[in-house]
Formats: sequence, structure tokens, C-alpha cells
Amino acid sequence: MLAWTIYISFLGALVLLLLPQSSMRAARILALLTVVAGFAVTLVGFVQQRSGELVTVARAAWVPSLGIEYHLAADGISLTLLLLTGIVAISGVLFSWNIEHRTREFFAFYLTLIGGVYGVFLSFDLLLLFVFYEIAIIPKYFLIAIWGSTRREYAAMKLALYSFVGSAMVLIGLIAAYVVAGARTMDLVQLAQFPFPVHFQMWAFPLVFVGFGILAGLWPFHTWAPTGHVAAPTAASMLLAGVVMKLGAYGCLRVAMTLFPRGLDAWGFHVLGFGSWRDVFALLALIGIVYGAMVALVQKDFKFVIGYASVSHMGFVLLGLMTLQQIGLDGAVLQMFSHGILAGLLFAVVGRMVYDRTHTRDLSELETMHLSKSIPFAAVTFVLAGMASMGLPGFSGFVAELQVLIGVWREFPLFAVATGVGIVIGVAYIWRAMQKAFFGAPDRGALTATPPLPAITLPERIGAIILIGSSVIVGLYPQLLLRIIVPALHLPLFDSLWKGSRQ
Amino acid sequence: MTTINYLDLLHLVLPEVIVILGALCVLSVDLIFLRASTMRFRGSVGAILSLAGCAASVVWILHAPQSANILDGMLVLNPLAQRMQIVLLFLTMLTILTFIGSTFTQHVSEYLALILLATVSMMFLVSTQNLLLIFLSLELLSLSLYILTAFNKHSARSAEAALKYFIFGGISAAFLLFGFSLLYGLSNSANLMRIANSIHGPLLDPLLIVAMVMMMVGLGFKVAAAPFHFWAPDVYQAAPAPSAALIASSSKVAAFFILYQVMVIGFAGAEGSSSWHSYASGWVPVVAIVAVLSMVLGNLVAILQTSVRRLLAYSAIAHAGYMLLGILSHTQQSLVALIYYAITYALTVLGAFGVVALVENETGGDTLSDFAGLSRRAPVPSLCMLIFLLSLAGIPPLAGFFGKFYLFSSALTSTSGTLGLLWLVVLAIAMSAVSLYYYLKVLKYIYVVDPSAGATSIRIPVLRQVVLCLIAIGVVLLGCDPNLLLHWL
Repeated sequence: MLAWTIYISFLGALVLLLLPQSSMRAARILALLTVVAGFAVTLVGFVQQRSGELVTVARAAWVPSLGIEYHLAADGISLTLLLLTGIVAISGVLFSWNIEHRTREFFAFYLTLIGGVYGVFLSFDLLLLFVFYEIAIIPKYFLIAIWGSTRREYAAMKLALYSFVGSAMVLIGLIAAYVVAGARTMDLVQLAQFPFPVHFQMWAFPLVFVGFGILAGLWPFHTWAPTGHVAAPTAASMLLAGVVMKLGAYGCLRVAMTLFPRGLDAWGFHVLGFGSWRDVFALLALIGIVYGAMVALVQKDFKFVIGYASVSHMGFVLLGLMTLQQIGLDGAVLQMFSHGILAGLLFAVVGRMVYDRTHTRDLSELETMHLSKSIPFAAVTFVLAGMASMGLPGFSGFVAELQVLIGVWREFPLFAVATGVGIVIGVAYIWRAMQKAFFGAPDRGALTATPPLPAITLPERIGAIILIGSSVIVGLYPQLLLRIIVPALHLPLFDSLWKGSRQ
Repeated sequence: MTTINYLDLLHLVLPEVIVILGALCVLSVDLIFLRASTMRFRGSVGAILSLAGCAASVVWILHAPQSANILDGMLVLNPLAQRMQIVLLFLTMLTILTFIGSTFTQHVSEYLALILLATVSMMFLVSTQNLLLIFLSLELLSLSLYILTAFNKHSARSAEAALKYFIFGGISAAFLLFGFSLLYGLSNSANLMRIANSIHGPLLDPLLIVAMVMMMVGLGFKVAAAPFHFWAPDVYQAAPAPSAALIASSSKVAAFFILYQVMVIGFAGAEGSSSWHSYASGWVPVVAIVAVLSMVLGNLVAILQTSVRRLLAYSAIAHAGYMLLGILSHTQQSLVALIYYAITYALTVLGAFGVVALVENETGGDTLSDFAGLSRRAPVPSLCMLIFLLSLAGIPPLAGFFGKFYLFSSALTSTSGTLGLLWLVVLAIAMSAVSLYYYLKVLKYIYVVDPSAGATSIRIPVLRQVVLCLIAIGVVLLGCDPNLLLHWL
């Protein structure tokens, strides 16, 4: 059943290519129907899922001579991220309703990307996971290079190469694990139970973790993210920040940490105060949080503010993973969901509602336009999204970041203080951007000279409401997702991870 | 030595004989009956006759599989060799089909006959384990390819490329022959099996090492591995498109197969090792050095290219480097991986040359800017090119990705449990990450850049579109379900 999320997306892309060149309207509607169908399938799977346990979706021999299977399955973590993908995909289509240049191809690439993302979240065979992971790279390139803005070709190539280098590192780790285990299987559950030699895990873990971490915006490999987000068209930045960065974080948790749990153990000696890879990555994640927030504070371009904010928020996910605490991991998974929704919303406001109307993202120029009067809906949406992003109670971000913080407090007390500083700076940059972009001092002369801005359209309103609604629902009733995330973290798959952490 | 009845011999080599008859048929029909007809008609008749010849040969091999090892290894027929013959015939047929209607020469029948002769030599090449016959078939192959390269008489660059190819080929043939003679002197036999038996010993004879290096030079030239690659960019760029496609596809498959045979069978017992921290002299380190050079040089130089054909040439050098990994790990599994890789690579690069030829017909050049906006002017070939180039870059689910995965995992498995070849695999994967850059650059011109003002959509013959689509579908299918081919190998 859930497997149809993948098939529907790819089929939709194929049908789009067969449409005649001129049928823009049909292309949009077809794309919308496809993503809605994908989301509906996910929702059915979500409702049927009682307790987050692992449910096999499809399983067949693929390359028998190598022991590779076509194995799709879903547990609570997968389902949470599938839901996220569905929601962001729908609002992404709604926010790209105004694309008129090569519409058909735009949505074909878009749906291919979505299909690849669904595939990653569902794969339980490592080769299959890798296949879908790479399928998601190429459409990103074209979406940015063809429909993007500021320095689009540079940003697209940078993003593609960063992703590909990351996946090359992952591939090395996977092939090595496959050969070392010698069991002729790529099945995640079976390989996770294989006791790899500790010295092997000590180099394979950081390799695979960084490989996936590049896509999750791990500092200092995050530089693709701000440039990529800024150059991408609205829907693509929503997907990039909302879903694609989650692919990286998901890979870190699902592949790197379950396959090589001993890689997190202490080295037995100290270098510059680090005693294990866990310390190293926790510090990198922390630097990501604080550094991203500080850079976001001084940006002139509205979209760069959000781009660096993404790096900062993804730092919470990675830091949560490194706590190896139940509560920290819960928080990390919830933060993946929360950040996906909120980053999507923020990019939609900046890219679609503001930039497509004013054709500028320069905060000092926006300051003179007094946007809160001309497009009040955008202002309200941004205020709500900003509050959620700051981590105010009642929104999804609060629950997620609180859990991560508690986990960090227990494991790395000093880091928790620094993370708090990051959160405070987070309030500051959102406040500054809000003030400048929407509530700046009106310049009378400029206001009369510019023609009135087009009103916010219905698709935009619906998209914004869907995203705000999901954030509020999860914020008010986090148990909705936690009830399947928590049991999923206690599946046999994670056994060796918990065992390692209790030593 | 056993004596053999000539009629029996004829029976064994009937597939080759059929192809030769096909070549003669093409020549005579064209020269006797069709002198007055239009070029188009002559081209079609010639192509149909050649296709018929190849098809008949395939049918015969399938219908009456042979198994023989006669005349001191001169003719070795086994299921593997026969499958390789079928693959080569199949690739030749695809080459002819892709380029039906090319108009660079008046002498269509001679051109087709030469392609068939090259195919015959490749068929002999894969079904022999005797130094003499290896050398003879390699020479027949090379001579045909030199002429095929020079066949465009209106282009001075074509002649220049052929001359370069010929000079380098001559030198490398001399190296090869010298290596063979040393080997014969050492072992008193030209049969690869017997050579392996007699060179077996605890210490390698210095002469043997010289022979090894000489042969690597000679065969490295055929597979276009660095540093013996200097002919490749010029030939790929200036040869007529079908010749370049033939050199890049089937000739490469045959050359890799024979390189594997010579090294693995002929030098069995003198492998040595190139594992990390446990080097031992032998032929494996020699191949490893060539592989590293090819991967690094091919990928890095390809980045600088502005001509798509030259870019394909350097990428071919890089791919030769990857494939050498399959040879130096020399297990049964790595042989299968190597053949899978070589076949899918040949298919892909054949299709890519098909698209390049289309663009050349339309714009008169093959630089990146000639591809600008192709996706708006010819959507179907553009989509095919997208598939071919991404497959070459190793993006799943295309055949190129699975080929790489299989090749690299078999290389790691070959040193049981020690991951000795990990350093080579890491290098190969890192280099293939580099390669994505230049493949994406071509795709950027096709999909992102707008076509030049006034450019209209390109009219493409239906047959050519169909063939390109078939090759593209083949690349996708072999990637999605590699078992289709693995099962058969």
C-alpha cells in the first residue's frame, strides 16, 4: 500500500512528460492530484499504523546473485517523515501555481524528486535506499538551474556536487560493510545485527555519518545549503529545506548509527579534548546551531536569513542524535518534522509571497515598502511562522527543541547553555527580519511610486494554512507523532545503539 | 600436435565465415548492381545485407553451440567465448542501425565491409588463447579501424587522426610483439595455459616482468588506458561518427576481454598483489598503476573539454581505469562484473555517439555550445542523452550505477576479508564523483541554456529515434533489473 507513494509520484512524472507542451493548467492539476494521492496513501498508512512497529510493505528478490532485495518497509520514523513529505509536496505545488516557464518539465522534475524522497524513507535494503537517495539528486540540479534566481547555475552545480560527494562517501561505507559482513545481504535489519569489528566501525561510522551529514547541513559542510536555498525556485527551496535535508538526517540515524553503533564509543584517548566521534559531531552540530543563527542575524538578503536559519535548526537534529538519549532522539525526529514544515512555510513567504511580487529580497529595500499594509496575509503568515521557528509553545518547534535540550542537558551540560544562546539569537534574527521586511518605516515617496502589489492568491492561502495547521496540531498534541516515534526507536534495529550507549 | 580436418575447422568457425561472406556480399552487390542507384538506396541495401549477415551468424551460434580447444589453443570455443561473440555481433548491428543514412562517404559498401571485417577480427580475438592468433586478430582489428577512422576523405582532421592512431598503433604493436616473443622464449609455447604452467615459480624472472610490462603497453593502447591514450581524443573527435562509436564500444569490449585472458590465464601464478601494505611484484601492481593513472587523468582532463566528443574520449579513459579494477581483482565474480560493465558501457557510449552525430548533422559541430537548448529542439534524443550521460556518471537506477557497484564490490571481495583493495575503490568512487561535474555540464547546455535565436526544432529520421530510444530503454532496464544480463552471463 505505502509503496504506491513512490509509484504514483513516478507515474505522475511520466504522464506529465507525455502531455502536450502547451497544457499548463492540466500539468498543474495533474501534479496536484499526484501529490494529494501520495499524501492520501500515506495518511491511510498512518492511520493503520497502531504502534510504530516495522511493517513490511513490499519484499522481492532483486539481484539474487548478490543477495540484494527490493525491500520496502515502514516504522514510526519513516511514517512521520512520509507525512512530512506529503504535506510539503502538496503545499509546494500550491506555491508554484504561478510557474509559466516550461511548466510541464518543472512538475516532472518535481515529482521525480518527491518519488525519490518517498523511496528513501521506505527502503530497508541499503542498496535500494542508496538508489532512491541518488535519484533525488539530479532533479534538484535541474529545478534550480532552470527555474532558479540568483546565481542559479553555480548554486545548482555546487549542490549537486556536494550531494554526490556525500553519497560517494556513503557508497564506500556501504560497499565496505557489505563485503566485511560477507553475508551476501544488503538488508538493513540483518546487517545492523552483524557485529562489525570495532576498528572498522571507527572509520566507517564517521565516513557514512559525514556523507549523510553533508545533506543535513552539518557544519562545516553546510555551505551548499544557503546558496542552494537562495537560488532555488520557491517550491524547490521548500523541498530542499523541508524534505531533502531530512534525507541526510534520516540517513545519519537510520544507516550510520544503526550499522556502526560502536563507532560512537570512546576512542580510549583524547585529542584536543575530544574522546569520541560523538563529541566531535556534537560539537559540529552545536557550532552549526550558533554559527547559523549568528550569520542569519547579519544577512541583507531576506532568503539568506531563512537559508542560514535552516542550518541552525538542522543543528538541533544532529545534536539530538548525538545525545543517544531516548528523549534526545525523539526530539531529533520531531524536529525533522517540525523544521520541514516551518522551513517550507518561511521559504514560501519569502520566495513566493514577497519576492515574486516585489522582485527584491534586499531587506533594506523591503523596509521602505511597508508590506504589512499591502500584503497583510504574508505578514501574518510570517509572524506565525517566525513564532513557531523561535520555538514558542503551541507550535511544533517548541516540543522538538525542548526534548533535544533536555537530552543535551543530561549528556553535555555545557553544550546546553550554548544551545540556549543559539535559541536566543534565533529570536533576534527572526525579529529583525520581520521588522525590516514587513513593518519598516514607510517611505512616502516610494510607496506612491510603486504600483499596488497583486493580492495573495487562493492556492497560496491554502498552502499556508495547511503548513501552519500541521505545525499547530503537532505543537498542541505531539503525542500524535510521538506515539509512533517512541516505539520505533525501541525496535530491534536500534538494539545495538542502545547497548552501546549504556556502557 | 593433433591434426585436424579442414572441413571440421570450417564448421567450427562458421559464424566468422558467415560474417565474412556477408561482407563480400555487401561489396559485390553494391559494385555490380547498384552503381547507378542513389546513395540513400545503396546505403540502405548495404546496411540490410550487413545486418542480415550478423543476424545469421548470431542465429548460427545460438542454434549450434560449439565447444572446442584445438590447435594449441588457437581456437577455444566455450559458452563464455560464444556469448562474447554474440555480444560483439549485437553491438555491431546496433552501430550499423544507429548510423543508417550517414552521408559522409560515397563508398558505403567498402565502409560496411570494413566494419564487418573488424567484427570478424573481434570474434576471433575472444575465441583464442594463443599468442599468435591474438596478435593476428589484433592487427586485423587495428588495420580495419585505422581505415575506418580515415574514411571521411573530405576532412583533413579525419586523416590526421588516423595517422596518429596508426603511428601509436604501430608502436604499441611492436611492444606487444616484443612481449610475446619474450614470453615465447621463456616458456617455449604460444598457448596461454602452457605459458602459465612454465612460468610458475617462487621468484619472477626479470625477463618475465619485462614481458609483462610490454604486453601491458600493447594492450593498454587497445583499451585506451593512460598513459597509452594519446590517440583516443583525436580519434574520437575526428573519426566519422560510426567509426568512433565502433572504436568506443565493441572494440573496447573485445580488448578488455582479451586483456583479462592474457593476464589472468597467461600469467596465472605471477599475480603479485597491490593490496594496501602487502605489495608483491607481479602483473597486478602493473595493472593497478595503469588503472590509477587512467582514472585520475581521464576524469581531471575531461573537466577542461569543450568538445563533447573529446569529453567522451577522456571519460572513456576514465572508464577504462574503472574496468581495470575488474581485471586486477581476477576472480570469477569480477570477470562477470567486468563483462557486465563493458557491455553496458558500450551500449551507453554507442547511444551517446548517436546523439552527438545528430547534433553534428544539424549544427556542424560538437562543441558544448552546439548542444545549447537541444531539449527544446529535439526532446526525445535529449532525454536519451540524459539517460546515457547519467548512466556514465553512475547515477542509479541506470546500468552504469549497477555496473560500478558490482565491479567495486567484487574488487573488495577478491582479497578475502582484508579490504586490501579499498584504496583503489575509494579512489574510483571519488573520481566518479568528479565525473558528475562534466557530464552535468553537457546536460546543462542541453536542458538549461536557451537555444540560439532562430533555432528551430530538428527533424530526425524515425528509425534513428526508435533505435536511440531502444538503447536508452535497454540502459534503464539493465540498471533496474541487472539480472536480465547477469543471468545470461
